[in-house]
Amino acid sequence: MQSLHETENVFIKNGVMVVEKMDIIVCVKHVPDTAEAEVTIDPSGRDIKKEGLPFDINEWDNYAIEEALLLKEKHGGKVTVITVGPEEYNETLRKCLAKGADEAIRLYDESFKGSDGYTTAKILYSAIKNMKFDLILTGAMAGDDGYAQVGVTLAEMLGIPHASLVKKVEVKDGWVKVNRELEGGLEEVAEVKLPAVLAIQTGINEPRYVSIAGIRRAAKKEIKVLGLAELGLSKEEVGELGSPTRLERLFIPEVTKKVEFLTGDPSEVASKLANVLKEKGVL
Amino acid sequence: MVEVLVLAEHRKGELRDITFEMLTGARKICDKIGADLTVALLGFNVKEFAKELADYAKQVLIVEDERIKEFNSEAYQKILAKIIGERKPLLVMIGHTAIGMDLAPSLATSLNIPLTTDCIGLDFKDGKLYAIRQIYSGKVNAEITFKDAETYMVTIRSGAFQPEKPEPPMGGGIINIPSPLTDEDFAVKKFVEYVEEAKGEIDISAADIVVSVGRGIKDAKNIPLVEEFAKAVGGVLACSRPIVDKGWLPKDRQVGISGKTVKPKLYIAVGISGAFQHLAGIKGSGVIIAVNKDPKAPIFRVADYGIVDDLFKVIPVLKDKILELKGK
Ligand SMILES: Cc1cc2nc3c(=O)[nH]c(=O)nc-3n(C[C@H](O)[C@H](O)[C@H](O)COP(=O)(O)OP(=O)(O)OC[C@H]3O[C@@H](n4cnc5c(N)ncnc54)[C@H](O)[C@@H]3O)c2cc1C
Ligand SMILES: Nc1ncnc2c1ncn2[C@@H]1O[C@H](COP(=O)(O)O)[C@@H](O)[C@H]1O
Repeated sequence: MQSLHETENVFIKNGVMVVEKMDIIVCVKHVPDTAEAEVTIDPSGRDIKKEGLPFDINEWDNYAIEEALLLKEKHGGKVTVITVGPEEYNETLRKCLAKGADEAIRLYDESFKGSDGYTTAKILYSAIKNMKFDLILTGAMAGDDGYAQVGVTLAEMLGIPHASLVKKVEVKDGWVKVNRELEGGLEEVAEVKLPAVLAIQTGINEPRYVSIAGIRRAAKKEIKVLGLAELGLSKEEVGELGSPTRLERLFIPEVTKKVEFLTGDPSEVASKLANVLKEKGVL
Repeated sequence: MVEVLVLAEHRKGELRDITFEMLTGARKICDKIGADLTVALLGFNVKEFAKELADYAKQVLIVEDERIKEFNSEAYQKILAKIIGERKPLLVMIGHTAIGMDLAPSLATSLNIPLTTDCIGLDFKDGKLYAIRQIYSGKVNAEITFKDAETYMVTIRSGAFQPEKPEPPMGGGIINIPSPLTDEDFAVKKFVEYVEEAKGEIDISAADIVVSVGRGIKDAKNIPLVEEFAKAVGGVLACSRPIVDKGWLPKDRQVGISGKTVKPKLYIAVGISGAFQHLAGIKGSGVIIAVNKDPKAPIFRVADYGIVDDLFKVIPVLKDKILELKGK
């Protein structure tokens, strides 16, 4: 590989101009973990009660930040994490900084509340359009609202290509070769021209843990906060007002099939289960 | 005429189930609001599919181009933007699948159409569209409404509607639309090839008894606990996705939409919450038993028998009991 003296991101390889050093933006969300929690609807009827729930980086974003750090380690460059959310979201940004992200940006205004997937992408777009990047990584989906929409929407707003459900990333000569996960254990290999947005699927890598040294380093870093005016947005364009869709109400799904709970202490439960299995002829 | 437009999905020479599920859901809406049902079929050498789809819709729009033998979101977006722009359907339905997730958000954005994703129910009431979708991995349902628009778009979860063939078949007309694609449309995104997952020795999809372990197991070192239980009941060990993502079990043990579909006589889920992507893989199971410490876990909505307890307490006792019975 012969590296010449071009601008920092570009060099000539076999007579072809290639982008190798990567400036990567990773969109991250701070979400409640509800897998083991009792979820109840709050009095507004349009949100769940969040008090007492543990919050963490969205599972998919944890894989996205790891992939960005792996690419930076391989190609050089810079990783910037960005989020749309209130001050608590700093915790997730700090976690990313502790893992090795270089910069963190939080976009926030009270009027952002009620933004749907489209509008969240628009807020991200209003910041990212002024930034320099080769690649944007998002999670394939957020574990709370589960839209699987923000990354691909953002790509369209930026006028750049995208790939979703990405399980493998290889950057080469201004293109990125990806494996996209399809159904039933099948994958598709596709090539996407940089700059691009990739929505990352879980299992693509092994996310690292944060080190104590990392946490100390991150504590000193500044988190840049940008508000409505700095983003060039108006209240009418964001939140519920600006969103094409509206969450009208939440409700707990009806139970259509009645489960029979086997109760008692473990040995009673075991006897009951054994009876069921015998009855059904599966044992 | 008011129109509902469904995007047909196919891969490797087969129409995918989601197509017929959406057409069934769409037909109910069309009946209710007096709309025409149209299906768009994009691909190459897909005339046979068009004939099949004609049974399910008033019209089949078919666009054939050798360059879209395989799905490509950029090319699909160009074709569909043209079709939607010209026909102005009231509602566009796309699968919430690997195809739909790569296509619908950018297509809707490019046309400025309100979109909501992963819907499990749809209704028009007083001319207003309502969509039901699940959040917090199935623990809560949300009702979504839309800002007034000429066209709305939704993506539909696999399995949300039961496919039913209309009786009598609708005998839809087939309309060929010339491909608007040029080589330029493939300048930034190219399909290369399919890769199939490697096959292991054990085929969980053929097993009569499957015991599946999920994230509730907490650590790789605890997996043998469930593995021994599986052996005791004479079943094979399978798992939910996070177990594969963490590298604790190989991919061919994963049950669900992006893994394997199993149809055992007995399916036992241990420490699995029951996300729809997992449930999609166990629909054909006989008896379903779930062990989970959370009585509200969605898995209990599909289970026949439930055990609400700490798996670390009950699984060893269950195993011993079964071994004891077998010993007799
Ligand atoms: C495109 C796409 C494709 C996907 N494909 C698949 C797929 O093919 N298969 C699949 O499984 N998932 C798939 N997923 C992921 C899916 O959405 C869920 O994230 C996943 O199924 C959750 O796995 P889980 O139930 O093991 O973990 P969790 O949802 O974290 O649930 C763990 C459960 O364990 C219980 N638990 C914890 N501790 C204990 C204990 N001590 N005793 C008893 N119970 C306990 C908890 O109450 C909880 O219900 C896919 C996701 C996407 C976006
Ligand atoms: N509030 C947010 N701030 C930053 N990124 C977000 C936000 N919401 C969603 N994203 C990104 O978009 C991805 C998909 O989210 P969603 O479309 O909401 O399922 C997430 O994994 C994040 O990468």
